[in-house]
Amino acid sequence: MNPVATPFFFYALAAVAVLSAIAVIVRRNPVHSAIALIFTLLSLAGLYLMLYAPFVAGVQIILYVGGIVVLFLFVIMLINIDRMQREYQFNKQWLVALLATAVLGALFVAVYVKGQSIFPHNAVRFLEEKNTQEVGKMLYVDYLLPFEIASLLLLVAIVGAVVMAKKRI
Amino acid sequence: MSDFLNYLNSNLTPGQAGAYLWVVIYIFIIFAAVSVAVIAMNWLERKILAHMQVRLGPMRVGPHGLLQPIADAVKLLIKEDIIPAGADKLVFWMAPVVVVITAFTTYIVIPFGPTHAVTDMNIGILFMLGVASLGTLGIIMAGWASNSHYPLLGSLRSSAQMVSYEVAMGMAVVSAVLMTSLTGAGVYGIGPAGGEAIGTLSMIEIVRAQMNQQVWFIFKFFPLGLIAFFVFAVAMVAETNRAPFDLPEAESELTAGFHTEYSGFRWSLFFLAEYAAMIAVSSIAVTLWLGGWLRPFPHWLSGDAWDTAFSFFPALTFFVLAGMALRTTVRMPKHPYFKIQKTGLGVFGLVLGGIGLVLLVPQVRDRIQDIYWFSIKVAAFMYLYIWYRGTFPRYRFDQLMKLGWKFMIPTGIGVLIATALVGVL
Repeated sequence: MNPVATPFFFYALAAVAVLSAIAVIVRRNPVHSAIALIFTLLSLAGLYLMLYAPFVAGVQIILYVGGIVVLFLFVIMLINIDRMQREYQFNKQWLVALLATAVLGALFVAVYVKGQSIFPHNAVRFLEEKNTQEVGKMLYVDYLLPFEIASLLLLVAIVGAVVMAKKRI
Repeated sequence: MSDFLNYLNSNLTPGQAGAYLWVVIYIFIIFAAVSVAVIAMNWLERKILAHMQVRLGPMRVGPHGLLQPIADAVKLLIKEDIIPAGADKLVFWMAPVVVVITAFTTYIVIPFGPTHAVTDMNIGILFMLGVASLGTLGIIMAGWASNSHYPLLGSLRSSAQMVSYEVAMGMAVVSAVLMTSLTGAGVYGIGPAGGEAIGTLSMIEIVRAQMNQQVWFIFKFFPLGLIAFFVFAVAMVAETNRAPFDLPEAESELTAGFHTEYSGFRWSLFFLAEYAAMIAVSSIAVTLWLGGWLRPFPHWLSGDAWDTAFSFFPALTFFVLAGMALRTTVRMPKHPYFKIQKTGLGVFGLVLGGIGLVLLVPQVRDRIQDIYWFSIKVAAFMYLYIWYRGTFPRYRFDQLMKLGWKFMIPTGIGVLIATALVGVL
C-alpha cells in the first residue's frame, strides 16, 4: 500500500509533538503537563508508524502512554498541587539554558548536514509486514545478552522499589 | 463509481485495498452496529439480571420493556449538565471523550470475517492492547477532575486494577500468539504436520492460523489453551470494571466511583464506552481462542452438505427469536389496556421473522456466515458477563489485587513457558 499525504501527516504530527512538549514545561498545573506529555508521546507513535516501524509504535503506546504516564498521574494526583500551581514556571538559569540549546542546535545541524545516510529516503527499508518478526529475531538472536542485561536491571529496580515500600523486611 | 464498487469484488479489507471511502463506510457501519448492540445490552442486562433474581425487570415502557433503553437515553439527554465547583473544566470535559475514543478505536482491527475488518494491521493485537490501556488514562482524568473524594478514590482504585490485569491479559495474549507459530507436530500432533508455522500479531492471520491448524486455540495443547483462555477471561472482566471486579463503581461502596460527578450525557458516554470496551475485549477473546469467524467443526464436518446445513443457522436464530416474541404476544393479558403493547410486540416479532426470511436467500446466506458466527460467539460472552454480575459477590479491593498479582500473573507466565516448551518438543 502506498503512503498517502505523507508531508501533511508529518507536519501535523510534528506540530502536535512540539506544541505539546512546550505545553509540558509551560503549564503550571502538573496534571495538564502530564496530559500534554500524552499528546507528545502519541504523536511520536504516529511518527514511528510513518517510518515503517509499527512494532515500536505499538510498544510506545502500551508502555509509555499506557504505563509510564499512568504512573506519573498516580503520583501527581496523590500530592497537594495547590502550592505548585502558584509557582512561577521559569527559574533564573536562562544563560546556561541558552548555551545548552545552542550546542544542541549545532549538533542537530551537524547531523543533518553530515549524516544524510540515516534519513528514511536513503535508508535500507525492511518489509513492513515482517517488522515484528525482524525485531524479535534481532532481540533474541543478535542482541540476546544486552536484552537479558536490560531485563536484569529492571528486576533490580522492581526489587529495590518493593523493599523500600515494605513496612517490615 | 465503478472503481468504488470494484472494491466489492476484491478479496481484501478496505485498508489493504486502499479504498478509503469504503473504510469510512465500514467505520459508520461498525459505529451504528456497536451503538445498537449497547442499547440491546442495556435491555438484556436488566431483563436477564431480573430473571436470574426471580423478578421480571422492566415491563411497562414497551412490550416487556423493549423501549426501556430509549426511555433511558432520553432521560439522560435531558438531564441538567452539572460541573462541580472547583473542577478542572478542560480535563473534566476531556475524560469521557478519551474513554469513548479509545473504546471505539479498537474496532478498527476486529475481524468479523476474512475480509470484513476495517483494516488488517500487522500489529493488530498489539494495537488493541495498547489502545485499551489508553482507556485507563480517561478514568484517571475523570476521577481527578471531579475535585471530590469519592471519584478520586474510585478512579485510583479502578486504574490500579486495570493496570494490574493488563499484565495478566498480556501474558495470556502472548501465549495465544505463540500458538500461531507452533504447529505442534510433536507431542500433541495437532493438525497437518509440517504446516506453515508463521507467527503473527495480525488478528485475521491469527484466525487463519487456527483454520490451518484445524484447531481452536482454546483446545490446543489441551490444558494450556484452556488455562490461557481462563486467565484472559478473568482479566478481561477485571479490565472493564465489571462484576465481580466492580468495586470502583459499586453503588454501595463508592457512590458510583469515578463517574459520580458526571450527569446526563457525560455519564452516558462512560456507559457507552464501558459496553463498547466489553464487546471489544470479548472479540479479542473470540479471535484468539474461539476461532473468530469459523463455524464449528469446519474440518471434521466438512463438505457442501454440512456447509449448507450450518448456513441455515442465522435464519434459524432469527426465527427462534421471532417465535419467542410471537408466543409472548399470544400470551399477553386480554385487556384493552394491553392492546398497544400486543400490537407492538406482534410487529416486532414479524420484523424479526422478516429478517430471518431475508437471511434464507442464498446470496445473503453465503455472505452473512462469518459475521454471524463471530457475533454469536461475542453474544455468548456478553451473556457470560451478565451471568457473572448476577452470580458472584464483589471482590474486596485487596483480594482483587492479590488475585491479579499473585495468581493471574504467575499462571499466565507459567502457561506461556509451558506452551513454548510443549510447542518445540
